[in-house]
Amino acid sequence: MQALTNRVKQVERKPLSFMERLYLPAIFKGMLITFGHMFKKRPTINYPEKKRPFSPVFRGLHVLNRDAEGRENCTACGLCAVACPAEAITMEAAERKSGEENLYKEEKYAAKYEINMLRCIFCGLCEEACPKDAIYLSETFAPSDYQRKQFIYSKDELLIPHPVNEPDAYQKALGNRAKK
Amino acid sequence: MLLAIDLGLIIEKLVLILIVVMGSLVIAMYATYGERKIAAALQDRRGPNRAGPFGLFQPLADGLKLFFKEEIIPDFSSKFLFILGPSMAMLTAIMTSAVVPWGDTIHFFDRDISLQIANVDVGILYVFGVVSMGVYGIMIGSWASNNKFSLMGGLRAASQIISYELAMGISIIALIMVTGQLDLKEIVLQQQKGNWWNIVYQPLGFLIFLICAFAECNRAPFDLAEAESELIGGYHTEYSSMKLGFYLFAEYINMFISSVIMSTLFFGGYDIPFVNEQHLQVSIGQWAVLLQVLCLLAKVVCFIFFFMWVRWTIPRFRYDQLMNLGWKVLLPLALINMLATGGVLLFLNK
Repeated sequence: MQALTNRVKQVERKPLSFMERLYLPAIFKGMLITFGHMFKKRPTINYPEKKRPFSPVFRGLHVLNRDAEGRENCTACGLCAVACPAEAITMEAAERKSGEENLYKEEKYAAKYEINMLRCIFCGLCEEACPKDAIYLSETFAPSDYQRKQFIYSKDELLIPHPVNEPDAYQKALGNRAKK
Repeated sequence: MLLAIDLGLIIEKLVLILIVVMGSLVIAMYATYGERKIAAALQDRRGPNRAGPFGLFQPLADGLKLFFKEEIIPDFSSKFLFILGPSMAMLTAIMTSAVVPWGDTIHFFDRDISLQIANVDVGILYVFGVVSMGVYGIMIGSWASNNKFSLMGGLRAASQIISYELAMGISIIALIMVTGQLDLKEIVLQQQKGNWWNIVYQPLGFLIFLICAFAECNRAPFDLAEAESELIGGYHTEYSSMKLGFYLFAEYINMFISSVIMSTLFFGGYDIPFVNEQHLQVSIGQWAVLLQVLCLLAKVVCFIFFFMWVRWTIPRFRYDQLMNLGWKVLLPLALINMLATGGVLLFLNK
């Protein structure tokens, strides 16, 4: 029969030799191989205790940043929502009242800011679109949950801790990816 | 008086039975842990390490889990047999340990206590009888499940055990010809006093016995009765909760007991290698017996490791290959071994 490809390999099908039919030498060889594996390095990492380092370009959960005095950077300009290819970002703007200067950096702020983490594709375009360095992607990823609505992250989840009131938590949340 | 039985004897035996049964249960429990750890090590994995230090509480967690699982008895099963199956498996697994000599005699509370529950003259025959009853647990359970996969598993178990018991029995006959004894204690004492363990006189017999022991325990590569990948668990497909646990547990106890029997028959039982027991007894007294028990357990642990090592190395036999190996290879080999042993003994005029 004509072969369909030139990769055909003729297999030798001669009967087993006596040593092969004894089985035991082959079994012994196999057992030596498995025994050798007992002393090999295990590639598994004990996950929650130990974590693999991320690559510097890793993009994880979003963080809404504050400035050094703890004022929110976001001005609710909506550029991130426009840039978002997955349409995951929703926001509502509000005007800063007098007396709120310590809360918001500029006259306009986001009263509501939501990201649907089930829609988000973690492309980082919002980060690139933001003119105020208000949003960036951190090095953590979204934890699992049982309900869809839990994946719609509001400002409570997204805002970074206050740098003056909780400096430790702030530094921890800041990570390595925020623009300093 | 007819019933003039020493009360102390009864208490002594009861305590011994309790220790042996509890001991084999604990060892079987930690054999499951060992199995998972060894499987993991052989496959470059880590194995259970969450429950307690090094995952040492894993067997407890597993047992607890089995207890809390829903107990399902299928509608079309015969209920009595369905419950009898796992009970039989467990019972026969534990019963074998009755005749095993775990150590020498100890002197305690002014009594000489032999570390053997029942000193039966025909110890080996007793072991064989009980072991071949072990398959009834599997057969009854698989029949009562009223499930074709279960039945196939039971069928395979039955034919497998019948085929391999023959070769096993004949390999043991050769051993008995060498020792001239059926009494397990006497066999151990012979190996202790004589220069060599029986493995030296009966290497081929040991090999056949070992392979048959794998088959009798339904361990891979002879786990056709269970055959996870083709029969969905075989005989215990329909079982859940602790009844399933009994089956799984019985397998590990069987493995433990057959390791003990192999150590006793071929590797000197509780004999400590390269040590003269009489001198040891003089120098450290009772502690020598403890050392003997530990020595037996060490041998058993090696065997159990070997069981697991083989399981995670060799793939399962096909059914026809299994029958070929049993009837056309092991049985003739065992017969030849028996004849050769007899011939040599006759020649040496023993």
